[in-house]
Amino acid sequence: MSARTGILRGAALLIERDLRLAFRRPSQLGNPLVFFLVVTTLFPLSLSPLPSQLRDIAPGVLWVAALLSSLLALEALLKADAEDGTLEQMVLSGQPVVMLVAAKTVAHWLVGGLPLVIISPLAGLSLGVTPQALWVTAEGLLMGTLTLSFLGSVGAALTIGVRRSSVLLSLLVLPLAMPLLIFGARATDLAIAGESATGPLNLLGALLVFTATLAPFAAGAAVRIGVE
Amino acid sequence: MLVQIQPRAPLPMLTADNLHLWRGERHVLKGVGFDLAAGELLHVSGPNGTGKTTLLRVVAGLAQPEQGEVRWRGLPTQSIGSQFFEDLGYVAHDAGLKGDLTARENLAFAVRLRHAVAEADIDAALSALDVAYCAEVPARALSAGQRRRIALARLILSQASLWILDEPLTNLDIAGAALVLELIARHLEAGGLAMVATHGDMAIRGGAVLRLELA
Repeated sequence: MSARTGILRGAALLIERDLRLAFRRPSQLGNPLVFFLVVTTLFPLSLSPLPSQLRDIAPGVLWVAALLSSLLALEALLKADAEDGTLEQMVLSGQPVVMLVAAKTVAHWLVGGLPLVIISPLAGLSLGVTPQALWVTAEGLLMGTLTLSFLGSVGAALTIGVRRSSVLLSLLVLPLAMPLLIFGARATDLAIAGESATGPLNLLGALLVFTATLAPFAAGAAVRIGVE
Repeated sequence: MLVQIQPRAPLPMLTADNLHLWRGERHVLKGVGFDLAAGELLHVSGPNGTGKTTLLRVVAGLAQPEQGEVRWRGLPTQSIGSQFFEDLGYVAHDAGLKGDLTARENLAFAVRLRHAVAEADIDAALSALDVAYCAEVPARALSAGQRRRIALARLILSQASLWILDEPLTNLDIAGAALVLELIARHLEAGGLAMVATHGDMAIRGGAVLRLELA
């Protein structure tokens, strides 16, 4: 009998598999990003193009757009695997379900959240955000999108058995994401005003630690019920 | 003095005790129970909708019974968790393959999540099920029968001692069905256990076959 696969090796295998799957369908990868860019450019078009006014709304626009585009891909986080029976096989592999969910969430963030963080300065520039604030926004979004992926994993796990669950999923996750929006937009706002954004950024970090440590357990329990 | 030694019944490895399960208003499993020892096959049969798949899922730990318990080597499967899953190979109605991954990638991931496996072993398992030519084909391009054969290759690679198979013969051609029966027979000869749900007969060479008719 060969040696058992350890938890970390199992997580690495799962992340590798999910990345491989994501890059087999590159068109789906780009959709949330394009959505993010389109939404953020709609505002200068619909409101006045005055830089001062754009700068005022920039924090809210950037964070709301990031939140909504993260939600777009969330439904597929666990559902695709549940539908073709591979989630069931993973649960039966003897690996802890908590690790499986956490690894899938990290993979989901790597293909959805991280690219959004990277292109966020582009969207910020079009809204007249100052270079210093662009950096703070990207920092905030780095923590914010990862927190949202973990929060979303609970919602995705709870709606595994629900058909067309995207609306229900949004209703479950958006209220929980409000603190993110408040602290994230506040950080960008402070940075644009030239003040220190350390306070809200620290709070975003705390939210990340909180959800990353607890959400996989909740999502794991929901997956167990979901595969039944 | 001559001591008469009674032939002792083999110790049951897998025990299901008085399983009850409701689906809404429907009482699906009504006190199902059985004992299965090494080298034995449990053939679960019955008309559609009598709970064959449900029973298999309860034994596999994918569904929780309202009453009763399943024991593996004398311990409740609920409490030993991953220890039981290590010994369990489950092939559901659905092959459980990722359409965008090739047959080889599917097997490599599914098996390596459990334990290390060499590429040569994967090739050998695919050859054993006559699907070596599918190794580099994405699973979505394969027929239902080919997908089932790949799922069975995963089962062999899993090195599980308890096989739970849900309708393993559907979608398979005559040669494929004979191959599956032969694999089950060899598994039982090697001291494994199998629990198989089918409508039809199970003609297994050798091995003890217990029957459980659900109604």
